[in-house]
Amino acid sequence: MQEKPAAESQLWRSLSDPRFLWTRLSGNIELLINLIVVVATIVFILSQGPGFGIRIAQLFAIFAILAVSLNLLIGYTGLLSLAHVAFFGMGAYSVAILTTGAAYEQVPGHIPHFGLSFFAALFVGMAFTGVVALFVGGVLSRFRDDIFVLVSVGFAVISHRIFLFWQPVTRGPFGIHAIAKPEVGGMVIDGELEFLFLTLAFLVIVFLISWLIVRSSFGRVLMAIREDEQAIEVFGYKARYFKLTIWIISAMMAALAGGITASEQTFIDPMSFLLLESILLVCIVILGGLGTLWGSLLGALVFVLLNEGMRFVPFLPGELVGQARLAILGIVIVLLMLFRPQGLVGRFKL
Amino acid sequence: MSNAGKQQNHEIAIQTQGLLKQFASVRAINNLSIALPREGITSIVGPNGSGKSTLINLLSGTLPIDEGLVIIEGMSLRAILPYDSPTHGITRTFQEVRLFDQMTVLDNLLVILTKREVFGSLFEPPRASYRNRARQLLDSVGLWDKRQDLAENLSYGQRKLLEVSRALAMDVQIYLFDEPFAGLFPAMLERVKGLLEELRRERKTIIFIEHNMDLIRQLSDYTFVLDSGELLAEGEVREVLGKPEVIEAYLGT
Repeated sequence: MQEKPAAESQLWRSLSDPRFLWTRLSGNIELLINLIVVVATIVFILSQGPGFGIRIAQLFAIFAILAVSLNLLIGYTGLLSLAHVAFFGMGAYSVAILTTGAAYEQVPGHIPHFGLSFFAALFVGMAFTGVVALFVGGVLSRFRDDIFVLVSVGFAVISHRIFLFWQPVTRGPFGIHAIAKPEVGGMVIDGELEFLFLTLAFLVIVFLISWLIVRSSFGRVLMAIREDEQAIEVFGYKARYFKLTIWIISAMMAALAGGITASEQTFIDPMSFLLLESILLVCIVILGGLGTLWGSLLGALVFVLLNEGMRFVPFLPGELVGQARLAILGIVIVLLMLFRPQGLVGRFKL
Repeated sequence: MSNAGKQQNHEIAIQTQGLLKQFASVRAINNLSIALPREGITSIVGPNGSGKSTLINLLSGTLPIDEGLVIIEGMSLRAILPYDSPTHGITRTFQEVRLFDQMTVLDNLLVILTKREVFGSLFEPPRASYRNRARQLLDSVGLWDKRQDLAENLSYGQRKLLEVSRALAMDVQIYLFDEPFAGLFPAMLERVKGLLEELRRERKTIIFIEHNMDLIRQLSDYTFVLDSGELLAEGEVREVLGKPEVIEAYLGT
């Protein structure tokens, strides 16, 4: 056995081998990333004023709900789903359609009115999405890996087509406007700040439920499915039912985010529910880190900051902002995969 | 086939009747009818490609059965689904170690010990009994100190040990070990041997695939020799390994 003073050899290795230095620092890099993102957020919001802060926070809360719920599928169960936008859209359309009142009778090409309250519509929308997810999941559970991804894409595309062409129900390309605001104890929540608090409350609930799930024995089985589905089955687990359960839970969380978004924006049309949204969500989840709920919050925050911050880049013409956002996000993802494949604060690889 | 009468002396754990598994044009298991003794360590030997692993894959439900019957505890089965294998009292290890790599060593065992129903596992509180059992199992293979490491960061030998202890966590009657000794250093090898011998003392059914003749002689109470998916010989180990057709099958391939 060769004996070397441990501290000295580590220092020497750190200096001579950058990869070793990197592994020594990686624990601190996570801390560093957290700090940078939080400080950047605060500076950004302070420089732009409270109104902008509320807008950022609202966007963040919605993306965070979507990213956390999607991470349950991708990061914990290993199901790379691009169908999330479909469930998001179902939640949004459910709330939009179910809350429409008699005023719609006067609109050309009107849709049937139900006049439900926001919370009732949200509940029905989530339940409906859960049932749809049960059937879609039943079909998807026949596929694995790359075929699974493709079929989930198919489902996202089909749902967009339904939003676009089922005019008697969705008003198609015209979209639905005047979507109801939530009412709590006879008080309508229509201020931006109040709405933000409501959304954040939902985010906290989603995060807590997700945290409890991944901490449970159930969550451990999900991770085992991600690692080796065939092996865990040999030990007596029906992987299919576990996957289907988390699939439905995740879809209902996405529907929740959709319902909130519909009410917040008071207008939705099919253009908000393109496949691209699903791809962005997958990027957010990977950006933050697979299999880490905190990472998904961080990923959502970074995404919103990138997205909204782009309009303040001085040399960028206004009409290019939208395009540049996606380009920048793409570059960020490529760099991340090259240098930090586990995401900002993640531990796992796909 | 020639020694079919001998198995009458044993109580039987698993019996196969006309078992058949075909890959493309190759019959990996060809009309195999054997009876595995209920107690003791049984080795399955044979040249590469003789169908040993395929047999274990069929018995554990990892591969679907093409034709034939598997009889376990008096129950005739035409198909074994992987998640049903524990209810038939079967567990296994894999030839290529298959751990849950990006999970901790402790979680690799806990996941085997906790409830198997979707809702049962969702609402199950963390139990000290599971952890104690996991500790006991990890202690027996000397991996308790590594419990917070990811399984992928273990050495090859440690991974092999963890896989064996994962099978032990199942607490069933029949243990199928697919080359549990392959590539192990002597110290680790002794450890796995000890675990198998302990299972024998607990009157379990232990079936293992092995190429090392010394290990086969030391451990097996009974031996089956397969060749091209068919039974070449069976019986007490010394007797079987001395047979000319067995020697020929090994040297000729």
